[in-house]
Amino acid sequence: MLDVDNKTRVEMDWSGPERLQMNMGPQHPSAHGVFRAILGLQGETVVDVDAVIGYLHRCHEKLSETLTYAQYPSIASKTDYVAAMTSEFAYVLAAEEIGKFEVPKRAQYLRVIVAELQRIASHLLWLGTWCMDMGGALGGGATIFLYCIREREDILDLFESLVGARLLYGFFQVGGTRYDIPDGWAEQCRTTIDRIDSRVNEYEQMLEDNAFFLARTQGVGTVSRELAEDVGIAGPLLRGSGVNFDLRKNVPYSSYGDFDFTVPVETAGDCYARYKVRMAEFRQASTIVRQALDALPSGPISSRPALKSVAQIRIPKGEAYARVEGPRGEVGSYIVSDGSAKPYRMKWRGASFSNLAILPHIIPGHKVADVVAIMGSVDPVFGEVDR
Amino acid sequence: MNVEQARASLASTLAVDIAAGAPMTVDVPPARWDEIARYAKETIGCRFFNFLTAVDWKEQGLEVLARVDNLDEGVSLMLRTKLGPGVNNCASLTPIYRGANWMERECFDMFGIHFDNHPDLRRILLEDGWEGHPLLKSYAVDTPHPPYR
Repeated sequence: MLDVDNKTRVEMDWSGPERLQMNMGPQHPSAHGVFRAILGLQGETVVDVDAVIGYLHRCHEKLSETLTYAQYPSIASKTDYVAAMTSEFAYVLAAEEIGKFEVPKRAQYLRVIVAELQRIASHLLWLGTWCMDMGGALGGGATIFLYCIREREDILDLFESLVGARLLYGFFQVGGTRYDIPDGWAEQCRTTIDRIDSRVNEYEQMLEDNAFFLARTQGVGTVSRELAEDVGIAGPLLRGSGVNFDLRKNVPYSSYGDFDFTVPVETAGDCYARYKVRMAEFRQASTIVRQALDALPSGPISSRPALKSVAQIRIPKGEAYARVEGPRGEVGSYIVSDGSAKPYRMKWRGASFSNLAILPHIIPGHKVADVVAIMGSVDPVFGEVDR
Repeated sequence: MNVEQARASLASTLAVDIAAGAPMTVDVPPARWDEIARYAKETIGCRFFNFLTAVDWKEQGLEVLARVDNLDEGVSLMLRTKLGPGVNNCASLTPIYRGANWMERECFDMFGIHFDNHPDLRRILLEDGWEGHPLLKSYAVDTPHPPYR
């Protein structure tokens, strides 16, 4: 800073007790949505964080009380719009559990295929945006982003030929799925995941040979196992902190027990560990898709008659909590039914909401630049945080 | 503790029968809410805080639910407590599970339940000046509510 009167330069002294409050967001590009973090800074170091969320709140839980079991699945996809299939999946599983509806084997396999393709698509978007957040350190940063978006497009093309939509699908319905795969889809799917598998190898080489990437992720944002469980973070974050828990393995649903796959676990708990877990999940997801395509049974895709009216699906009184392993962790739907065509109460357990709650625990002590790396490694989707 | 041990141990602590089935659903008197949660964490090993929410049973009052898991043994506990008609106070679980912090704030936001001893109870999803608590059954979905119409 220039002292104009004396025409000398003075150094700013940040060693004192001064605190600077800085708003990061709600329109910060690294927030991946609308998220405002009020950072208390001492120099360049963050000393406290207040997270402000809710900018995208639509009160899905109230909305679901006004929509029938036939209508809501396609709205459910709007909670986590990056992994729309997962939210629909959780909702219909909960309704099926109360109603004790059978789901034909073919529909179960189709559900697994789309859920795993969705996991790949979601992880691709995470990898691309996260690397772009850390920008300059990765030699331009946008390179990986554009590569990842290119691969994600191929998966969206698959969804488009399956459902007709590219982002929000309405593929699931209570009792089965709404669409069957068209001719030639399975071959197209195999080619796509083979290509993505080989490209993921390239990304790994690009990133793991990059000293800047390692410096920005290793030892940054460490979550201990104890903290991870206490806050209730899930999915790749939990497994990055050394907890071997994956709903697909531990509480198999929708025929996941039929497939042979492993659950990657890392113990370091830092951004790099979460990255390693997700990179391994790419491969596991594509092995599951291949196995499901190979063994896809024939038969009906729904145990219920075709929908003719919105109030057609009625489920008895009861309550159920169904959960699926989404790309961001446990996505759960808790439905209380009063026997009518609409739920009496529906609760979303959004994985991103619980995952984001870890931020105030791990950010203090890091530099401002690390906040970006940590936030990206948490992979929040604000549609699901705010619901 | 595995599922059977947990069921027996909870049944004797609470002096009630706990129905078989997953998850184990346990009805807790409101006065013992935080005590049983601590028991679930420390004795049964349910260290994973899954979620906390509430259901509005109209004239029967509010019911608070919390789900906690023991990930190693596969024990899932659904704790429930009926607050009773007209009551909107509940003990906070935040001193026991840090994850309860945001969940209870959401519950306060949506149902107006006051969690005693919560360190930072304020709205989380809606903005501070919002009137009413949208997930209450008395909050009609189609009535204009200030400040937004």
